[in-house]
Amino acid sequence: MAIEVRIPTILRTYTGGEKAVQAEGASLTALIEDLEAHHPGLKDRLVEDKNGSDELRRFVNVYVNDEDVRFIGGLGAELSDGDQVVVLPAVAGG
Amino acid sequence: MLTIDRTTYDGIIAHARRDHPDEACGVVAGPEGSDRPERLVEMVNAAGSPTFYEFDSTDLLRLYREMDDRDEEPVVVYHSHTATEAYPSRTDIGLAQEPNAHYVLVSTREHGNNDGPVEFRSYRIVDGTVTEEEVAVVDALPPRP
Repeated sequence: MAIEVRIPTILRTYTGGEKAVQAEGASLTALIEDLEAHHPGLKDRLVEDKNGSDELRRFVNVYVNDEDVRFIGGLGAELSDGDQVVVLPAVAGG
Repeated sequence: MLTIDRTTYDGIIAHARRDHPDEACGVVAGPEGSDRPERLVEMVNAAGSPTFYEFDSTDLLRLYREMDDRDEEPVVVYHSHTATEAYPSRTDIGLAQEPNAHYVLVSTREHGNNDGPVEFRSYRIVDGTVTEEEVAVVDALPPRP
């Protein structure tokens, strides 16, 4: 099972400069664990602890096949072979 | 230093004036690694707020896909402040996530929607450190190498 994950510029320090990496997982949570196993430090940039459970960071956007995961189950979003995951930091400020 | 052509510079200011009193935001895309801000892309401020801006998540994906297809990157990320000076706020610094971009701030606090001088300043924001840089406005960018 292979899923392509597109990595934004600011997180490429964790992927040796690679713009895209392959990872595995039946859900976004599992995929992030697999990413962390191969690219330590990445998980903390995507997920934060909220009252004892993991949540996607507010200013990180993750898309599965062009759908914002916030609308398809968040970290529980299901993944299948061949899906494409894109990570993009929010462009925001005050 | 940020080198920007007059049409793009004026375009950013016009966008900021039009959206005042809400913050305006957008990017100027250019070929990857070129440091040439060539293509102004006005974005909708999904926050619709005088004190916050955020690109809509669907628009954001579309923008990055389009830049990817064209081998571009966001050379400039701009937004306006409508009641304060054109200097990155603490939120701007905390959320800056494009280490290669020139962060342009314009302030419409003096003249709002009307004509008149607008503060236009540029910064690098890397790992929470803000460095202001000179802005050179030219009639046209030099020819591509």
